[in-house]
Amino acid sequence: MADVAARNPAALSAQPRSGLHKLMQRKSTIAFLMALPLILLIAILVAYPAGYAVYLATLNKGMTRFVGFGNFEFLFGRDTFWLVVYQSCLFAITAVIFKAIIGFVVAHFVHNIPSKGQRKWRGMLLVPWVIPPAMSTLAWLWLFDPSYSALNWLLAIFGIEGIPWTGEAGWARFSVILVNVWIGSPFFMIMYLAALKSVPDQLYEAASIDGATWWQRIWYVTLPMMRNIIAITALFSLIVTFANFDIVRVLTAGGPLNSTHIFGTWAFRVGIEGGDIPLGAAVSLFMVPILAVAATFILRDITKRGSEV
Amino acid sequence: MADASIANGAPSRPRYGSMSRDRAWALRWSYFFLVLFAIFFLMPPVYMLITSLKTSAEISAATNPWWISNPTLQNYIDLLSQNQFLVFFRNSAIVSICVVILTMMISVIAAFALARMKFWGSATLATGVFLTYLIPETLLFIPLFKMFAWVNETFGVQLMNHWWTMIILYPTLTVPFATWIMIGYFASIPKELDEAALIDGATWMQTLTKIFIPVALPGIIAATIFTFTVAWAQFLYPLAFTTSTSELVLPVGIITTLIKGDVFNWGQIMTGALLGAAPPLIIYAFLMDYYIAGLTAGATKG
Repeated sequence: MADVAARNPAALSAQPRSGLHKLMQRKSTIAFLMALPLILLIAILVAYPAGYAVYLATLNKGMTRFVGFGNFEFLFGRDTFWLVVYQSCLFAITAVIFKAIIGFVVAHFVHNIPSKGQRKWRGMLLVPWVIPPAMSTLAWLWLFDPSYSALNWLLAIFGIEGIPWTGEAGWARFSVILVNVWIGSPFFMIMYLAALKSVPDQLYEAASIDGATWWQRIWYVTLPMMRNIIAITALFSLIVTFANFDIVRVLTAGGPLNSTHIFGTWAFRVGIEGGDIPLGAAVSLFMVPILAVAATFILRDITKRGSEV
Repeated sequence: MADASIANGAPSRPRYGSMSRDRAWALRWSYFFLVLFAIFFLMPPVYMLITSLKTSAEISAATNPWWISNPTLQNYIDLLSQNQFLVFFRNSAIVSICVVILTMMISVIAAFALARMKFWGSATLATGVFLTYLIPETLLFIPLFKMFAWVNETFGVQLMNHWWTMIILYPTLTVPFATWIMIGYFASIPKELDEAALIDGATWMQTLTKIFIPVALPGIIAATIFTFTVAWAQFLYPLAFTTSTSELVLPVGIITTLIKGDVFNWGQIMTGALLGAAPPLIIYAFLMDYYIAGLTAGATKG
């Protein structure tokens, strides 16, 4: 139908005004229809559930009665909740900082070596990011095993006593962050490597002629040139790390004594396993503020970059 | 290896002795740290492989865990002859392939409409797609859980505890991302190309299939690989929405069936984990460049 209109310019010129008008109208109609599956998917399976979560969070456990902020008041009065808030922030912020640092350092090393070998190294170093996180976390769980830990065996060679990787609160927190850094830093490495390659060589040449040390080169040339990509990668990662589920669920399941629970895993424990859906929804909603802040910054950067182009 | 390449490279830049010596040292240090990081990054998968080749007796013996004294394929034979494991594998494969097809159909067409055929609200929708991509599944699984119960009460369709429900759910994670990548790729195609096609009398659909899809093929391949990887690795939705062993997908199946109480059969768990990691790894090994292009183009989650 629309095809006919587009294919037949002759027919259009016969009645110029209304025909052109119709074409414009049709073009936007076709476009809308082409985007319709996407719109429906987002509306039904993302936007609606997100709004529904807010409604659910205001119901009582049996979902029969409206309790307003009752669930939130209940959460504020519980120590476990504050533990989860603390752990979520600690987990996300520490992990993102370390991912960024390791990614930056490794990207530099890969960038330093002759470009012939770079592809091989890059390919090898990205492997943690390709393996499904639930599967690689299983390998870490086995490396951390209390009685057969292969890591403790290695430490024993250096005379270091066995570490209770997942058994003691402080170490368990360290372990979940370690696994997250392991999975996430290759992503930073790839992003930073791409950014490093886009820094013009002349800038470094000029800097070294001016007698800049390697540290000054990084601080005054590399970092300013990469500022945007560093920020956006970190914000992306912050969102994903904050909303993490797989690693904590498989490695510690929140233990010992809820010390490693983050919002996602605790919402699962309370909402699905504990059968208190409204409370679970209330817990997961606490992720929204940080997501909103990060999303605003990312969006601002993207529209800025869009208008530059 | 490092030394050899330095020796080869030295004659080509003979000037400034101290500077090239600095560079040589920088190179040595780079290789040294790269090896360290490679050990850190590859340790878990390598240890998976080591453990999967051991007998249970050797695993529980107090010997060097990093060495295999009696290599055996028994774990692989046991696992692959288990009907249950093959069911997980089949479920995962069907779900992932269907999700890839569905996602690419929805997102390529929608991205074309958003990138080229502006319509009322299309700019807002493009931003909306991006925001959707930032909404994590940890926020959505609880309301979805309740919605499924409602669907069952109202329409009598039980969505809970069926592997095919994942085909409906995973696109919420993959479509926004794939659409976002494709909008970027389509926007980089020169306008003259599709204008020429339209003047020659091509329909919008023809412009898409004859011009945009071939030109943006690298982007489509990258988006396909990512969609597959995400669909294969997804853990939360199947964990929340499926329970019967016949309905589980691979990652959840391995974790819930091989870990029974406090009894860990580590040889089989590691074999399962390695087999579960194999499909994305194999695809990655062959299509690494597309993978990396997609990563840097889409500013993916990580």
